[in-house]
Amino acid sequence: MATELAAARERDKARVLKGAEAFVQALIDEGVTTIFGLPGGAVLPIYDALYNADIQHILVRHEQAAAHAADGYARSSGRPGVCLTTSGPGATNLVTGIATAWMDSVPVVAFTGNVARSLIGRDAFQEADITGITLPITKHNFLVRSVQDLPRIIKEAFHIATTGRPGPVLVDLPRDICGEELEYYYPSEVELPGFKPTFEGHVRQVLEAARAIAAAKRPVLYVGGGVISSGAHRELMELATKANIPVTTTLMGLGAFPGTHPLSLGMLGMHGTVYANWAICNCDLLIAVGVRFDDRVTGRLEGFAPEAKIIHIDIDPAEIGKNVGVDIPIVGDCKAVLQALVEKTREKKETAWLAKVHEWKEKYPLRYDDPGTGEVMPQRLVEEIYAVTKGQAIMASDVGQHQMWLAQYYKFDEPRRHLSSGGLGTMGFGFPAAIGAAVANPDREVWCLSGDGSFQMNAQELITVAGYKIPVKVVICNNSYLGMVRQWQSMFYGKRYSQSDLSHNPDFVKLAEAHGVPAFRVTRVDELRETLERAQAIDGPALVDVRVSREADVLPMVPAGAALKDMIGLEGR
Amino acid sequence: MKHTLSVLVHNRSGVLVRIAGLFSRRGYNIESIAVGVTEDPDISRMTIVVEGDEAIVEQIIKNVHKLIDVLRVSNITSEDVVDRELALIKVATDSHNRSEILQIVDIFRARIVDVSDRSVIVEVTGNEGKVDAMVQLLRPYGIKEMARTGKIAMVRGAKQRANASDTGRAAAR
Ligand SMILES: Cc1ncc(C[n+]2csc(CCOP(=O)(O)OP(=O)(O)O)c2C)c(N)n1
Ligand SMILES: [Mg+2]
Repeated sequence: MATELAAARERDKARVLKGAEAFVQALIDEGVTTIFGLPGGAVLPIYDALYNADIQHILVRHEQAAAHAADGYARSSGRPGVCLTTSGPGATNLVTGIATAWMDSVPVVAFTGNVARSLIGRDAFQEADITGITLPITKHNFLVRSVQDLPRIIKEAFHIATTGRPGPVLVDLPRDICGEELEYYYPSEVELPGFKPTFEGHVRQVLEAARAIAAAKRPVLYVGGGVISSGAHRELMELATKANIPVTTTLMGLGAFPGTHPLSLGMLGMHGTVYANWAICNCDLLIAVGVRFDDRVTGRLEGFAPEAKIIHIDIDPAEIGKNVGVDIPIVGDCKAVLQALVEKTREKKETAWLAKVHEWKEKYPLRYDDPGTGEVMPQRLVEEIYAVTKGQAIMASDVGQHQMWLAQYYKFDEPRRHLSSGGLGTMGFGFPAAIGAAVANPDREVWCLSGDGSFQMNAQELITVAGYKIPVKVVICNNSYLGMVRQWQSMFYGKRYSQSDLSHNPDFVKLAEAHGVPAFRVTRVDELRETLERAQAIDGPALVDVRVSREADVLPMVPAGAALKDMIGLEGR
Repeated sequence: MKHTLSVLVHNRSGVLVRIAGLFSRRGYNIESIAVGVTEDPDISRMTIVVEGDEAIVEQIIKNVHKLIDVLRVSNITSEDVVDRELALIKVATDSHNRSEILQIVDIFRARIVDVSDRSVIVEVTGNEGKVDAMVQLLRPYGIKEMARTGKIAMVRGAKQRANASDTGRAAAR
């Protein structure tokens, strides 16, 4: 690096900058075009440097939304999302957003101001040990101790966040560093001997996997977010179609394989389809790609693919063997490994197994009862959004019943279209994530399906979409309940609806209008399509408050701790 | 079963917290941990003794290896190693039993490093078993205080830093 500086000097490129200017220049050199944030004392010098900079800054109204927006930006585009806040409360407000990105392996780079170095550790005004606080929820974090280190640390932060298994990285910047001068150059390479992810799968393991596929009579592909983050959807399609293997995806994997494809089994797990879960229960070969055998997916572990040989492909060696024993582990990037595997895999014809799976699909499709009273069934709401957006929108969701209905009834055909907090299950994620996605994808329709409970957790961002005219369409699936809580109370606590009744909700239409966002209310199913289309036609943000049937349940369901084969909610089929 | 891990890390502030945090977060039990600089002042060696079955220890190794500041993790449990602990033991004495204590100290090739009229401080180095045995024998006289380091270890012979069960291989499997 010393030589690099010397070379830069020689080319007369090294410039003397202040820390704050170097920060902004490093972001520009890194290719960052947009950041989400909110200023405060510790970052005043940085905001001053941003004042005329060639970087778009989106001002949010709560820092949690900055983290989620950066997250949504990253999930929808594949580029790292960036957020910036002040020290103390600004930094701690990011925590839920960082944890959300951590659990779902999203490349977010968070910058926080901190008090001057001489004050650190003295409980100074607005001091928080944010590197300590975020230690368990970041891939790595940095406290910048010398202005000289700043460009290198920023380079490393982006490299770590985006390389291998992605994840959030936090950089904490003491205020006094912003005012100090350095000879600036942006390093072209990183030197991180302790960080060398394995990309290529082991050849022998790949061959063994190919042999297992050739020998399998009842194979299933179980794919997750890793396929999307590595951009392996084409390779996945090749493998699935070449060997005629049905594909089920996790919540995080929706869109990795087209939901409308004949080989698609939709989502598996707690609220997965009957046919996906039964395929898992009966398969003799499970090809797990970019997944982590989460408990919401597997149910009781002994009942998960009990007869199957398991191939597990993942870039993170620590995921392999974490929850289940694996027969053929392959550490590597999903895209590289699948590519190698496709080459070694022979074509296979449709089998009796596929016929069996199709039979289940016919017999136990996703379905719901519509009593025909004119009420909007929430599943119908998703079907209508699907129709209005022609299945092409980027759809963010919050957490609860509406999230599961979106996952079940919206057939995502492409990766990076479905944005949802899978691992942490963060209510309040959807709306700011949709904002980030809309900023990253100005040519795409972006919708957010939220719940009446979840929406209130980041409703303050209505003013952000109004101010910047960010064209997010918010649909509130309004059951006036913390619906998923109510469902569990109904099923497992004798309908004692403790603290889950939200009959006392705000008037969401007035709330939106107060922020300058056009809004509509739907109470009957015959108004639904037309209203959604009106919202869609608006050039800018809009909100639709849809009153849905209050006590609909998400079905089918594997009760917590049960095996996948023991799904409930199949009665009357 | 107890496993001994030899971990090479960047000698930076916060590394110990990252390792300790990882262990507590994932519910792994640290028996002992000893940290000190290596022949390269930028690199420290941590010798960590953990309790767990093979599967857990494999998970521990993989997760430790994921930390950016960690350069190498080796499970040296079944390697031919030299391992040592150091203990300082303050034992109550009087004029009657002092010579007995001196004898024990002699047999263990330990040393008396401080003497007062009612106690002595014994310094002993050796593997865990030897230190345990020493403590056992001194206990009847009354141990007033004890300080014990964790284990440090090194593989015998010409091999440097690498060995059969390092994570580079484990990851490539
Ligand atoms: C921040 C946060 N707090 C609490 C929960 C627990 N929780 C999970 S779903 C849910 C209800 C969500 O209600 P709503 O947004 O109205 O969605 P619905 O289930 O009614 O569709 C709650 C409280 C959570 N996931 N996240
Ligand atoms: Mg609700």
